[in-house]
Amino acid sequence: MSKWKHYFKTYFLTELRAGLWLTWKHLFKRKVTIQFPEEQTPQSPRFRGLHALRRYPNGEERCIACKLCEAVCPAAAITIEAGPRESDGTRRTTKYEIDMFKCIYCGFCEESCPVDSIVETRIFDYHFEKRGDNILTKEQLLAIGDRYEVMIAEDKAEDAPYR
Amino acid sequence: MDFMQLVTEGLWIVAKIVMILLPLILAVAYTTYAERKLIGYMQLRLGPNRVGPKGWLQPIADVIKLLMKEVVVPSGANKTLFLLAPILFIAPSFAAWAVVPFDAELVLSDTNAGLLYLLAMTSIAVYGVIIAGWASNSRYALIGSLRSASQIVSYEIAMGFALVAVLMAGGSMNLGDIVEAQNGSALHWFWIPLFPILVVYWISGVAETNRAPFDLPEGESEIVAGFHVEYAGMAFALFFLAEYANMILISVLTALFFFGGWLNPFQGIPYLEPATAWIPGTIWLLLKAAWFLFMMIWLRATFPRYRYDQIMRLGWKVFIPVTVVWLIVLTFWIKLEWGWWFDGRGLAQLAQTVGGAS
Repeated sequence: MSKWKHYFKTYFLTELRAGLWLTWKHLFKRKVTIQFPEEQTPQSPRFRGLHALRRYPNGEERCIACKLCEAVCPAAAITIEAGPRESDGTRRTTKYEIDMFKCIYCGFCEESCPVDSIVETRIFDYHFEKRGDNILTKEQLLAIGDRYEVMIAEDKAEDAPYR
Repeated sequence: MDFMQLVTEGLWIVAKIVMILLPLILAVAYTTYAERKLIGYMQLRLGPNRVGPKGWLQPIADVIKLLMKEVVVPSGANKTLFLLAPILFIAPSFAAWAVVPFDAELVLSDTNAGLLYLLAMTSIAVYGVIIAGWASNSRYALIGSLRSASQIVSYEIAMGFALVAVLMAGGSMNLGDIVEAQNGSALHWFWIPLFPILVVYWISGVAETNRAPFDLPEGESEIVAGFHVEYAGMAFALFFLAEYANMILISVLTALFFFGGWLNPFQGIPYLEPATAWIPGTIWLLLKAAWFLFMMIWLRATFPRYRYDQIMRLGWKVFIPVTVVWLIVLTFWIKLEWGWWFDGRGLAQLAQTVGGAS
Protein backbone atom coordinates (compact mmCIF):
# COMPACT_ATOMS: atom_id res chain seq x y z
CA MET A 1 0.00 0.00 0.00
CA SER A 2 2.73 2.43 0.97
CA LYS A 3 4.38 1.56 -2.33
CA TRP A 4 1.33 2.74 -4.24
CA LYS A 5 1.17 5.83 -2.12
CA HIS A 6 4.80 6.48 -3.00
CA TYR A 7 4.11 6.05 -6.72
CA PHE A 8 1.10 8.34 -6.50
CA LYS A 9 3.10 11.01 -4.73
CA THR A 10 5.99 10.74 -7.19
CA TYR A 11 3.98 10.79 -10.39
CA PHE A 12 1.74 13.62 -9.28
CA LEU A 13 4.76 15.61 -8.08
CA THR A 14 3.14 16.22 -4.70
CA GLU A 15 6.20 17.48 -2.90
CA LEU A 16 7.44 19.52 -5.83
CA ARG A 17 4.10 21.27 -6.05
CA ALA A 18 4.21 21.99 -2.32
CA GLY A 19 7.61 23.63 -2.83
CA LEU A 20 6.37 25.67 -5.76
CA TRP A 21 3.37 26.81 -3.76
CA LEU A 22 5.70 28.03 -1.00
CA THR A 23 7.83 30.15 -3.33
CA TRP A 24 4.68 31.45 -5.02
CA LYS A 25 3.40 32.69 -1.66
CA HIS A 26 6.76 34.26 -0.89
CA LEU A 27 6.60 36.17 -4.18
CA PHE A 28 3.86 38.36 -2.73
CA LYS A 29 5.12 38.66 0.82
CA ARG A 30 6.58 41.85 2.25
CA LYS A 31 10.23 42.26 1.32
CA VAL A 32 12.70 42.61 4.15
CA THR A 33 15.62 44.21 2.26
CA ILE A 34 17.24 47.16 4.02
CA GLN A 35 18.36 49.61 1.34
CA PHE A 36 21.67 50.30 2.96
CA PRO A 37 22.88 53.82 2.30
CA GLU A 38 19.37 55.24 2.68
CA GLU A 39 18.11 52.88 5.35
CA GLN A 40 20.08 51.39 8.22
CA THR A 41 19.41 48.78 10.82
CA PRO A 42 19.25 50.04 14.43
CA GLN A 43 22.57 50.07 16.28
CA SER A 44 23.28 49.40 19.92
CA PRO A 45 25.17 52.04 21.92
CA ARG A 46 27.58 49.18 22.62
CA PHE A 47 28.34 48.77 18.90
CA ARG A 48 32.01 47.95 18.39
CA GLY A 49 33.34 49.71 15.31
CA LEU A 50 36.20 52.11 14.54
CA HIS A 51 38.48 52.84 17.49
CA ALA A 52 39.06 56.26 19.05
CA LEU A 53 41.13 57.75 21.88
CA ARG A 54 39.20 60.17 24.08
CA ARG A 55 40.20 63.32 25.97
CA TYR A 56 38.93 64.90 29.14
CA PRO A 57 36.70 67.97 28.72
CA ASN A 58 39.72 70.19 29.52
CA GLY A 59 41.58 68.82 26.51
CA GLU A 60 43.95 66.49 28.38
CA GLU A 61 44.25 63.05 26.81
CA ARG A 62 42.83 60.31 29.00
CA CYS A 63 45.36 57.60 28.21
CA ILE A 64 47.91 57.03 30.99
CA ALA A 65 49.89 54.34 29.13
CA CYS A 66 48.98 51.55 31.56
CA LYS A 67 49.16 49.12 28.61
CA LEU A 68 46.22 47.04 29.85
CA CYS A 69 44.64 47.18 26.40
CA GLU A 70 47.86 46.04 24.81
CA ALA A 71 48.03 43.16 27.26
CA VAL A 72 44.43 42.08 26.86
CA CYS A 73 44.27 42.37 23.09
CA PRO A 74 43.77 38.80 21.83
CA ALA A 75 44.93 39.67 18.32
CA ALA A 76 47.99 41.63 19.47
CA ALA A 77 46.80 44.54 17.36
CA ILE A 78 47.81 47.28 19.79
CA THR A 79 51.38 48.54 20.16
CA ILE A 80 52.19 51.01 22.93
CA GLU A 81 55.40 52.71 23.94
CA ALA A 82 55.37 54.89 27.04
CA GLY A 83 57.48 57.60 28.62
CA PRO A 84 57.31 60.84 30.63
CA ARG A 85 55.85 63.78 28.72
CA GLU A 86 58.40 66.54 28.15
CA SER A 87 56.23 69.42 29.34
CA ASP A 88 55.15 68.09 32.75
CA GLY A 89 56.79 64.68 33.18
CA THR A 90 53.53 62.73 33.45
CA ARG A 91 53.40 59.17 32.12
CA ARG A 92 52.00 59.24 28.61
CA THR A 93 52.18 57.13 25.48
CA THR A 94 54.82 58.08 22.99
CA LYS A 95 53.39 55.64 20.50
CA TYR A 96 49.90 54.16 20.37
CA GLU A 97 49.12 52.17 17.25
CA ILE A 98 46.28 49.82 16.33
CA ASP A 99 46.63 47.55 13.32
CA MET A 100 43.08 47.48 11.98
CA PHE A 101 43.79 44.37 9.92
CA LYS A 102 44.67 42.45 13.05
CA CYS A 103 41.84 43.85 15.17
CA ILE A 104 38.91 41.49 15.67
CA TYR A 105 36.64 44.12 17.24
CA CYS A 106 36.16 42.15 20.44
CA GLY A 107 36.02 45.29 22.58
CA PHE A 108 38.38 43.98 25.25
CA CYS A 109 40.55 47.09 25.02
CA GLU A 110 37.56 49.25 25.81
CA GLU A 111 36.56 46.98 28.71
CA SER A 112 40.03 46.93 30.18
CA CYS A 113 40.66 50.68 30.02
CA PRO A 114 40.61 52.18 33.56
CA VAL A 115 40.16 55.75 32.29
CA ASP A 116 37.72 55.14 29.39
CA SER A 117 40.33 56.35 26.96
CA ILE A 118 40.30 53.77 24.15
CA VAL A 119 36.76 53.20 22.89
CA GLU A 120 35.11 51.60 19.92
CA THR A 121 32.66 53.90 18.21
CA ARG A 122 29.57 52.96 16.25
CA ILE A 123 31.28 53.87 12.96
CA PHE A 124 31.54 50.76 10.81
CA ASP A 125 31.81 52.04 7.24
CA TYR A 126 35.38 53.17 6.68
CA HIS A 127 38.15 52.09 4.39
CA PHE A 128 41.86 52.35 3.75
CA GLU A 129 43.27 53.41 0.42
CA LYS A 130 46.99 52.61 0.74
CA ARG A 131 48.98 49.83 2.25
CA GLY A 132 50.02 50.98 5.71
CA ASP A 133 46.89 53.07 6.18
CA ASN A 134 45.49 50.19 8.21
CA ILE A 135 47.78 51.10 11.12
CA LEU A 136 46.10 53.92 13.01
CA THR A 137 48.54 56.14 14.92
CA LYS A 138 47.96 57.96 18.17
CA GLU A 139 47.29 61.24 16.35
CA GLN A 140 44.70 59.66 14.10
CA LEU A 141 42.97 57.90 16.99
CA LEU A 142 42.85 61.12 19.01
CA ALA A 143 41.49 62.97 15.98
CA ILE A 144 38.71 60.41 15.62
CA GLY A 145 37.98 60.81 19.33
CA ASP A 146 37.81 64.60 19.02
CA ARG A 147 35.57 64.41 16.02
CA TYR A 148 33.00 62.04 17.51
CA GLU A 149 33.33 62.95 21.22
CA VAL A 150 29.66 64.04 21.48
CA MET A 151 28.44 60.75 20.02
CA ILE A 152 30.82 58.65 22.13
CA ALA A 153 29.83 60.49 25.34
CA GLU A 154 26.15 59.96 24.56
CA ASP A 155 26.64 56.25 23.93
CA LYS A 156 28.61 55.84 27.15
CA ALA A 157 25.95 57.67 29.15
CA GLU A 158 23.21 55.53 27.63
CA ASP A 159 25.06 52.32 28.45
CA ALA A 160 26.26 53.38 31.93
CA PRO A 161 23.22 52.12 33.94
CA TYR A 162 23.82 48.58 32.70
CA ARG A 163 27.48 48.37 33.66
CA MET B 1 14.77 35.43 -61.40
CA ASP B 2 17.20 38.18 -62.26
CA PHE B 3 20.01 39.38 -60.07
CA MET B 4 18.26 42.44 -58.61
CA GLN B 5 15.33 40.37 -57.57
CA LEU B 6 17.67 37.92 -55.87
CA VAL B 7 19.35 40.75 -53.98
CA THR B 8 16.08 42.30 -52.80
CA GLU B 9 14.81 38.88 -51.80
CA GLY B 10 17.99 38.23 -49.82
CA LEU B 11 17.87 41.64 -48.16
CA TRP B 12 14.25 41.07 -47.21
CA ILE B 13 15.17 37.78 -45.54
CA VAL B 14 18.03 39.46 -43.69
CA ALA B 15 15.60 42.17 -42.55
CA LYS B 16 13.23 39.50 -41.28
CA ILE B 17 16.05 37.77 -39.40
CA VAL B 18 16.97 41.07 -37.78
CA MET B 19 13.32 41.61 -36.90
CA ILE B 20 13.35 38.31 -35.01
CA LEU B 21 16.82 38.50 -33.48
CA LEU B 22 16.83 42.06 -32.17
CA PRO B 23 13.71 41.64 -30.03
CA LEU B 24 15.07 38.24 -29.00
CA ILE B 25 18.33 39.70 -27.72
CA LEU B 26 16.40 42.44 -25.93
CA ALA B 27 14.12 39.80 -24.46
CA VAL B 28 17.17 37.84 -23.29
CA ALA B 29 18.56 40.94 -21.57
CA TYR B 30 15.31 41.56 -19.78
CA THR B 31 14.82 37.90 -18.96
CA THR B 32 17.99 38.12 -16.88
CA TYR B 33 16.51 41.15 -15.14
CA ALA B 34 13.18 39.39 -14.60
CA GLU B 35 14.99 36.37 -13.26
CA ARG B 36 17.01 38.31 -10.74
CA LYS B 37 13.97 40.30 -9.73
CA LEU B 38 11.66 37.30 -9.38
CA ILE B 39 14.16 35.14 -7.53
CA GLY B 40 14.84 38.09 -5.27
CA TYR B 41 11.13 38.51 -4.58
CA MET B 42 10.73 34.82 -3.88
CA GLN B 43 13.56 35.09 -1.37
CA LEU B 44 11.98 38.19 0.19
CA ARG B 45 14.63 40.44 -1.33
CA LEU B 46 14.15 43.34 -3.71
CA GLY B 47 16.50 42.29 -6.49
CA PRO B 48 18.39 44.81 -8.62
CA ASN B 49 16.93 48.29 -8.15
CA ARG B 50 19.85 50.71 -8.39
CA VAL B 51 20.52 51.25 -12.10
CA GLY B 52 17.79 53.44 -13.51
CA PRO B 53 14.24 53.55 -12.18
CA LYS B 54 13.50 50.29 -10.35
CA GLY B 55 16.66 48.84 -11.89
CA TRP B 56 15.30 48.79 -15.43
CA LEU B 57 18.68 49.73 -16.88
CA GLN B 58 20.50 46.93 -15.05
CA PRO B 59 20.67 44.60 -18.10
CA ILE B 60 22.03 47.46 -20.22
CA ALA B 61 24.72 48.10 -17.62
CA ASP B 62 25.56 44.40 -17.57
CA VAL B 63 25.90 44.31 -21.34
CA ILE B 64 28.19 47.34 -21.35
CA LYS B 65 30.30 45.79 -18.61
CA LEU B 66 30.64 42.52 -20.51
CA LEU B 67 31.43 44.30 -23.78
CA MET B 68 34.26 46.24 -22.21
CA LYS B 69 35.87 43.28 -20.50
CA GLU B 70 38.83 41.46 -21.93
CA VAL B 71 38.36 38.00 -23.39
CA VAL B 72 41.07 36.04 -21.62
CA VAL B 73 42.37 32.99 -23.43
CA PRO B 74 43.88 30.63 -20.86
CA SER B 75 47.39 29.36 -21.43
CA GLY B 76 47.39 25.93 -23.03
CA ALA B 77 43.95 26.48 -24.47
CA ASN B 78 43.24 25.71 -28.09
CA LYS B 79 42.67 29.27 -29.16
CA THR B 80 40.69 28.62 -32.33
CA LEU B 81 38.30 26.17 -30.73
CA PHE B 82 38.14 28.26 -27.58
CA LEU B 83 36.81 31.22 -29.53
CA LEU B 84 34.72 29.09 -31.86
CA ALA B 85 32.83 27.32 -29.07
CA PRO B 86 30.58 30.20 -27.99
CA ILE B 87 29.66 30.78 -31.62
CA LEU B 88 28.86 27.09 -32.08
CA PHE B 89 26.72 27.29 -29.00
CA ILE B 90 24.79 30.40 -29.91
CA ALA B 91 24.29 29.78 -33.63
CA PRO B 92 21.83 26.84 -33.26
CA SER B 93 19.87 28.59 -30.54
CA PHE B 94 19.34 31.51 -32.92
CA ALA B 95 18.87 29.35 -35.99
CA ALA B 96 16.05 27.41 -34.34
CA TRP B 97 13.90 30.53 -34.44
CA ALA B 98 13.69 30.29 -38.21
CA VAL B 99 10.78 27.83 -38.07
CA VAL B 100 8.96 29.32 -35.09
CA PRO B 101 5.65 30.83 -36.22
CA PHE B 102 4.61 33.95 -34.36
CA ASP B 103 1.19 34.11 -36.01
CA ALA B 104 -0.73 32.25 -38.69
CA GLU B 105 1.39 33.80 -41.46
CA LEU B 106 4.24 35.26 -39.46
CA VAL B 107 7.08 32.81 -39.86
CA LEU B 108 10.55 33.17 -41.37
CA SER B 109 10.62 29.73 -42.94
CA ASP B 110 7.38 27.78 -43.32
CA THR B 111 9.17 24.41 -43.42
CA ASN B 112 7.32 21.14 -43.43
CA ALA B 113 10.09 19.49 -41.42
CA GLY B 114 10.00 22.18 -38.74
CA LEU B 115 9.80 19.76 -35.86
CA LEU B 116 12.82 17.76 -37.05
CA TYR B 117 14.76 20.94 -37.62
CA LEU B 118 14.01 22.08 -34.09
CA LEU B 119 15.07 18.77 -32.63
CA ALA B 120 18.33 19.00 -34.55
CA MET B 121 19.00 22.58 -33.57
CA THR B 122 18.33 22.12 -29.87
CA SER B 123 20.69 19.16 -29.64
CA ILE B 124 23.48 20.39 -31.88
CA ALA B 125 24.27 23.10 -29.36
CA VAL B 126 25.93 20.43 -27.25
CA TYR B 127 28.93 20.60 -29.60
CA GLY B 128 29.54 24.15 -28.46
CA VAL B 129 29.51 23.00 -24.86
CA ILE B 130 31.83 20.07 -25.45
CA ILE B 131 34.28 22.13 -27.46
CA ALA B 132 34.20 24.90 -24.88
CA GLY B 133 34.99 22.42 -22.13
CA TRP B 134 37.73 20.72 -24.06
CA ALA B 135 39.40 23.81 -25.49
CA SER B 136 39.52 25.56 -22.13
CA ASN B 137 42.30 23.25 -20.90
CA SER B 138 40.65 23.16 -17.49
CA ARG B 139 39.41 20.24 -15.44
CA TYR B 140 36.27 21.91 -14.21
CA ALA B 141 35.33 22.98 -17.70
CA LEU B 142 35.87 19.47 -19.01
CA ILE B 143 33.78 17.89 -16.25
CA GLY B 144 31.05 20.43 -16.86
CA SER B 145 30.97 19.79 -20.57
CA LEU B 146 30.91 16.01 -20.07
CA ARG B 147 28.00 16.37 -17.71
CA SER B 148 26.23 18.61 -20.17
CA ALA B 149 26.78 16.20 -23.03
CA SER B 150 25.44 13.16 -21.19
CA GLN B 151 22.52 15.14 -19.84
CA ILE B 152 21.52 16.53 -23.22
CA VAL B 153 21.84 13.14 -24.88
CA SER B 154 19.72 11.49 -22.18
CA TYR B 155 16.95 14.03 -22.24
CA GLU B 156 17.01 14.32 -26.00
CA ILE B 157 15.43 10.86 -26.15
CA ALA B 158 12.54 11.69 -23.84
CA MET B 159 12.12 14.97 -25.65
CA GLY B 160 12.18 13.27 -29.04
CA PHE B 161 9.48 10.84 -27.92
CA ALA B 162 7.43 13.75 -26.58
CA LEU B 163 7.73 15.46 -29.95
CA VAL B 164 6.62 12.25 -31.65
CA ALA B 165 3.45 12.44 -29.59
CA VAL B 166 2.98 16.05 -30.65
CA LEU B 167 3.57 15.02 -34.24
CA MET B 168 0.95 12.27 -33.94
CA ALA B 169 -1.57 14.59 -32.33
CA GLY B 170 -0.96 17.44 -34.73
CA GLY B 171 -0.65 15.22 -37.78
CA SER B 172 2.12 17.40 -39.18
CA MET B 173 5.74 18.40 -38.68
CA ASN B 174 4.95 21.98 -39.64
CA LEU B 175 4.64 24.07 -36.50
CA GLY B 176 1.93 26.21 -38.03
CA ASP B 177 -0.17 23.14 -38.87
CA ILE B 178 0.30 21.77 -35.35
CA VAL B 179 -1.12 24.98 -33.93
CA GLU B 180 -3.97 24.99 -36.45
CA ALA B 181 -4.84 21.43 -35.41
CA GLN B 182 -5.56 22.80 -31.94
CA ASN B 183 -8.03 25.37 -33.26
CA GLY B 184 -11.40 25.43 -31.52
CA SER B 185 -11.15 26.49 -27.92
CA ALA B 186 -8.80 26.29 -24.97
CA LEU B 187 -10.15 22.77 -24.43
CA HIS B 188 -9.10 21.80 -27.95
CA TRP B 189 -5.47 22.47 -27.19
CA PHE B 190 -3.21 19.47 -26.84
CA TRP B 191 -2.44 20.03 -23.16
CA ILE B 192 -5.40 17.81 -22.22
CA PRO B 193 -4.78 14.70 -24.34
CA LEU B 194 -1.01 15.15 -24.08
CA PHE B 195 -0.78 16.15 -20.43
CA PRO B 196 1.90 13.62 -19.34
CA ILE B 197 3.81 14.45 -22.52
CA LEU B 198 3.56 18.12 -21.67
CA VAL B 199 5.12 17.51 -18.27
CA VAL B 200 7.87 15.34 -19.75
CA TYR B 201 8.56 17.81 -22.54
CA TRP B 202 8.66 20.72 -20.17
CA ILE B 203 11.02 19.09 -17.68
CA SER B 204 13.24 17.77 -20.49
CA GLY B 205 13.28 21.27 -21.92
CA VAL B 206 14.50 22.63 -18.61
CA ALA B 207 17.15 19.90 -18.53
CA GLU B 208 18.19 20.59 -22.13
CA THR B 209 18.75 24.26 -21.44
CA ASN B 210 20.88 23.32 -18.41
CA ARG B 211 18.68 25.29 -16.12
CA ALA B 212 18.19 24.70 -12.42
CA PRO B 213 17.38 22.16 -11.01
CA PHE B 214 19.26 20.46 -13.85
CA ASP B 215 22.18 22.89 -13.95
CA LEU B 216 24.88 20.34 -13.16
CA PRO B 217 26.98 21.42 -16.15
CA GLU B 218 27.38 24.75 -14.36
CA GLY B 219 27.09 23.54 -10.76
CA GLU B 220 28.63 26.54 -9.02
CA SER B 221 29.08 24.75 -5.73
CA GLU B 222 30.96 21.81 -7.26
CA ILE B 223 32.72 22.84 -10.46
CA VAL B 224 32.75 26.67 -10.21
CA ALA B 225 30.92 27.49 -13.44
CA GLY B 226 31.28 24.29 -15.42
CA PHE B 227 32.00 24.48 -19.10
CA HIS B 228 32.26 28.28 -19.28
CA VAL B 229 34.48 28.73 -16.25
CA GLU B 230 37.38 30.02 -18.36
CA TYR B 231 35.34 32.44 -20.41
CA ALA B 232 35.19 36.16 -19.74
CA GLY B 233 33.75 39.23 -21.36
CA MET B 234 31.93 38.88 -24.64
CA ALA B 235 32.73 35.16 -25.07
CA PHE B 236 31.00 34.49 -21.77
CA ALA B 237 28.14 36.79 -22.76
CA LEU B 238 27.54 34.63 -25.84
CA PHE B 239 27.06 31.53 -23.66
CA PHE B 240 24.76 33.48 -21.44
CA LEU B 241 22.82 34.84 -24.38
CA ALA B 242 22.44 31.37 -25.89
CA GLU B 243 21.24 29.85 -22.64
CA TYR B 244 18.55 32.45 -22.25
CA ALA B 245 17.61 32.33 -25.93
CA ASN B 246 17.15 28.58 -25.48
CA MET B 247 14.97 29.18 -22.45
CA ILE B 248 12.75 31.53 -24.42
CA LEU B 249 12.70 29.07 -27.32
CA ILE B 250 11.58 26.17 -25.10
CA SER B 251 8.89 28.39 -23.59
CA VAL B 252 7.61 29.45 -26.99
CA LEU B 253 7.65 25.86 -28.24
CA THR B 254 5.69 24.64 -25.22
CA ALA B 255 3.10 27.30 -25.95
CA LEU B 256 3.00 26.27 -29.61
CA PHE B 257 2.82 22.52 -29.08
CA PHE B 258 0.49 22.26 -26.12
CA PHE B 259 -1.23 25.59 -25.56
CA GLY B 260 -2.49 26.61 -28.96
CA GLY B 261 0.32 29.02 -29.91
CA TRP B 262 -1.20 32.22 -31.16
CA LEU B 263 -4.82 31.05 -30.72
CA ASN B 264 -7.06 33.12 -28.51
CA PRO B 265 -7.66 31.28 -25.21
CA PHE B 266 -11.19 32.66 -25.04
CA GLN B 267 -12.13 31.12 -28.36
CA GLY B 268 -15.65 29.72 -28.29
CA ILE B 269 -16.65 31.56 -25.13
CA PRO B 270 -19.53 34.01 -25.71
CA TYR B 271 -18.79 37.71 -25.05
CA LEU B 272 -15.15 37.07 -24.15
CA GLU B 273 -14.12 35.97 -27.62
CA PRO B 274 -15.52 39.01 -29.48
CA ALA B 275 -14.18 41.24 -26.70
CA THR B 276 -10.62 39.91 -27.16
CA ALA B 277 -10.75 39.37 -30.92
CA TRP B 278 -8.76 42.57 -31.58
CA ILE B 279 -5.68 41.23 -29.75
CA PRO B 280 -3.18 39.94 -32.33
CA GLY B 281 -2.15 36.29 -32.09
CA THR B 282 1.49 37.21 -31.51
CA ILE B 283 0.54 38.82 -28.21
CA TRP B 284 -1.22 35.64 -27.09
CA LEU B 285 1.80 33.56 -28.05
CA LEU B 286 4.16 35.87 -26.19
CA LEU B 287 1.93 35.91 -23.12
CA LYS B 288 1.81 32.13 -23.03
CA ALA B 289 5.58 31.93 -23.56
CA ALA B 290 6.12 34.52 -20.83
CA TRP B 291 4.22 32.31 -18.41
CA PHE B 292 6.49 29.37 -19.18
CA LEU B 293 9.53 31.56 -18.87
CA PHE B 294 8.23 32.56 -15.48
CA MET B 295 7.81 28.87 -14.67
CA MET B 296 11.49 28.25 -15.45
CA ILE B 297 12.58 31.02 -13.14
CA TRP B 298 10.11 29.80 -10.55
CA LEU B 299 11.60 26.30 -10.73
CA ARG B 300 15.06 27.72 -10.26
CA ALA B 301 13.97 29.69 -7.21
CA THR B 302 12.31 26.65 -5.68
CA PHE B 303 14.33 23.50 -6.20
CA PRO B 304 17.82 22.50 -5.16
CA ARG B 305 20.09 20.94 -7.76
CA TYR B 306 19.55 17.28 -8.66
CA ARG B 307 22.18 14.73 -7.84
CA TYR B 308 23.78 13.37 -10.99
CA ASP B 309 22.51 9.78 -10.78
CA GLN B 310 19.03 11.11 -10.01
CA ILE B 311 19.07 13.12 -13.21
CA MET B 312 20.03 10.07 -15.22
CA ARG B 313 17.44 7.95 -13.44
CA LEU B 314 14.71 10.49 -14.11
CA GLY B 315 15.59 10.74 -17.78
CA TRP B 316 16.06 7.07 -18.57
CA LYS B 317 13.87 5.21 -16.10
CA VAL B 318 10.93 7.56 -15.69
CA PHE B 319 10.51 9.83 -18.67
CA ILE B 320 11.19 7.37 -21.46
CA PRO B 321 8.74 4.71 -20.13
CA VAL B 322 6.11 7.36 -19.44
CA THR B 323 6.33 8.77 -22.95
CA VAL B 324 6.32 5.34 -24.57
CA VAL B 325 3.23 4.28 -22.61
CA TRP B 326 1.48 7.48 -23.47
CA LEU B 327 2.37 7.09 -27.14
CA ILE B 328 0.46 3.80 -27.14
CA VAL B 329 -2.47 5.36 -25.28
CA LEU B 330 -2.42 8.21 -27.75
CA THR B 331 -2.49 5.86 -30.72
CA PHE B 332 -5.76 4.35 -29.50
CA TRP B 333 -7.05 7.77 -28.56
CA ILE B 334 -6.50 9.11 -32.03
CA LYS B 335 -7.73 6.04 -33.86
CA LEU B 336 -10.89 5.76 -31.72
CA GLU B 337 -11.48 9.54 -31.87
CA TRP B 338 -12.24 9.99 -28.20
CA GLY B 339 -13.28 13.53 -27.42
CA TRP B 340 -12.96 16.30 -29.96
CA TRP B 341 -9.21 16.65 -30.40
CA PHE B 342 -8.58 14.36 -33.32
CA ASP B 343 -11.67 14.83 -35.53
CA GLY B 344 -11.43 13.30 -38.97
CA ARG B 345 -8.26 11.31 -38.32
CA GLY B 346 -9.71 8.21 -36.68
CA LEU B 347 -10.84 4.81 -37.84
CA ALA B 348 -13.97 6.19 -39.52
CA GLN B 349 -11.84 8.45 -41.66
CA LEU B 350 -9.43 5.63 -42.38
CA ALA B 351 -12.26 3.32 -43.44
CA GLN B 352 -13.64 6.05 -45.67
CA THR B 353 -10.26 6.64 -47.30
CA VAL B 354 -9.65 2.96 -47.83
CA GLY B 355 -13.22 2.46 -49.04
CA GLY B 356 -12.92 5.38 -51.44
CA ALA B 357 -9.66 4.03 -52.83
CA SER B 358 -10.97 0.53 -53.49
